[in-house]
Amino acid sequence: MLVHASHRRARLAGDTREMTALAGRFGLTDLCLFTEANYTRHPTQADFHTPFLDGPLALDHFPSGSLMTAPAHLRKPHEPMDRTSEKHP
Amino acid sequence: MSRWIERQRNILDLTLSSLLRRKRKNAALFAAYTLIVFLLASVMFMSHALKREAASILAGSPEMIVQRISAGRHDLIAADAAAKLSELPGVQEARPRLWGYYYDPVTGANFTLVASGEAGLDPGRIAVGEGVARMRLASVGDSIEFKAHDGSLLELEVGEILPRGSALVSSDLVLVTEADFRRLFGTPAGLATDIVLRVRNARELPTIALKAAEIYPDTRQVLRDDLLRTYQAVFDWRGGLLVIILGGGLLAFIIFSWDKATGLSAEARREIGILKAVGWETSDVILMKSWEGMAVSLTAFLGGVLLAYVHVFLTSGVLFEPVLKGWSVLYPAFRLVPYIDLSQLAALFFLTVLPYTVATVIPTWRAATVDPDQVMR
Repeated sequence: MLVHASHRRARLAGDTREMTALAGRFGLTDLCLFTEANYTRHPTQADFHTPFLDGPLALDHFPSGSLMTAPAHLRKPHEPMDRTSEKHP
Repeated sequence: MSRWIERQRNILDLTLSSLLRRKRKNAALFAAYTLIVFLLASVMFMSHALKREAASILAGSPEMIVQRISAGRHDLIAADAAAKLSELPGVQEARPRLWGYYYDPVTGANFTLVASGEAGLDPGRIAVGEGVARMRLASVGDSIEFKAHDGSLLELEVGEILPRGSALVSSDLVLVTEADFRRLFGTPAGLATDIVLRVRNARELPTIALKAAEIYPDTRQVLRDDLLRTYQAVFDWRGGLLVIILGGGLLAFIIFSWDKATGLSAEARREIGILKAVGWETSDVILMKSWEGMAVSLTAFLGGVLLAYVHVFLTSGVLFEPVLKGWSVLYPAFRLVPYIDLSQLAALFFLTVLPYTVATVIPTWRAATVDPDQVMR
């Protein structure tokens, strides 16, 4: 199994290089795995609201939504909580 | 030494003949055991391979993407922001990116349209991914009709089909010229979907992101590290369905081991009693039962792992396809590169083979320490 894996890795290395080059040429950011909704096709480009585009109370109804966790950059706060802000006029 | 080996061989012979005596029961046990290992190993292989593949591919992605957010949603950004961002120290290149989704009413699939001068296309010509060509039964020279934003039909000629080997990133791609993109979606001139930045030194990225946010406060900056972390999290064992599958599998093993540890059948007890009566030591009986546990669990482990390898890397995870596909109409025909994480395999081994073997020994030890006459009664 390990020998086969190593042979296959060598054989498919060209494909990976090609995909990396494509990502660089066209600025691609995601794997084409779940094409059912825009936020599952490009999870890294989604924002907080994309799963709820159908309505503010609409639950994420696409099956691949249950396979994925929210993107890493969305799970950190936008602004520090102790930020000093200007007073509302 | 040779005597020791001879002794182990004899005990193993007896163990195997004892297993063969209860053929049906052991075959059922072996099948269930193999199935659980297969399922767990398939999930591990697939998630690890996808994580590794994502890390390799996304190494080519832009270092930073600047997206305008309006009323909490992604909005178009002024294309000339690219010129301003490219003046930031450390930025090698900033260019506007035009991309979007197209719902194809003919097939019901969603395509990703990207306008790029890099594709070297003439107006009216497109390059499509293998999935698009497959869905629209198109080959080079054929035309594909697209419904534009104003309801008119735009006929574009397929100039190139992207290589099949790149399906994991390009299956649903349609590369068009900027003019065709704007005609199709009605995107006004001077606006772009977002801006991508190339940065010389990756360590300067947080500073550049802060400066970009200062110049354009209504934007968010997505860094390449964020892309990589997202894919690490998407296929993390704690994420989504993976944890349910892993949890289910582990629960099944706990039930297996518990069943084994709580007692022996009357037949097995009698067998132990007879062995003791004919002069076997308690340690010999325990050794025999350890071999029995190991023979079942090790064979099931190896069989399950091998089947999982074939399933994930030679059939591209055909059993997981309905789960991954969901409601997608277009599913890429990709081949996964077999990256195997040996530490994960070792964890699977210790979680499956070891508890089962130990669980076989405990009731045997209990039965073997009782008087043979009492056990056989």
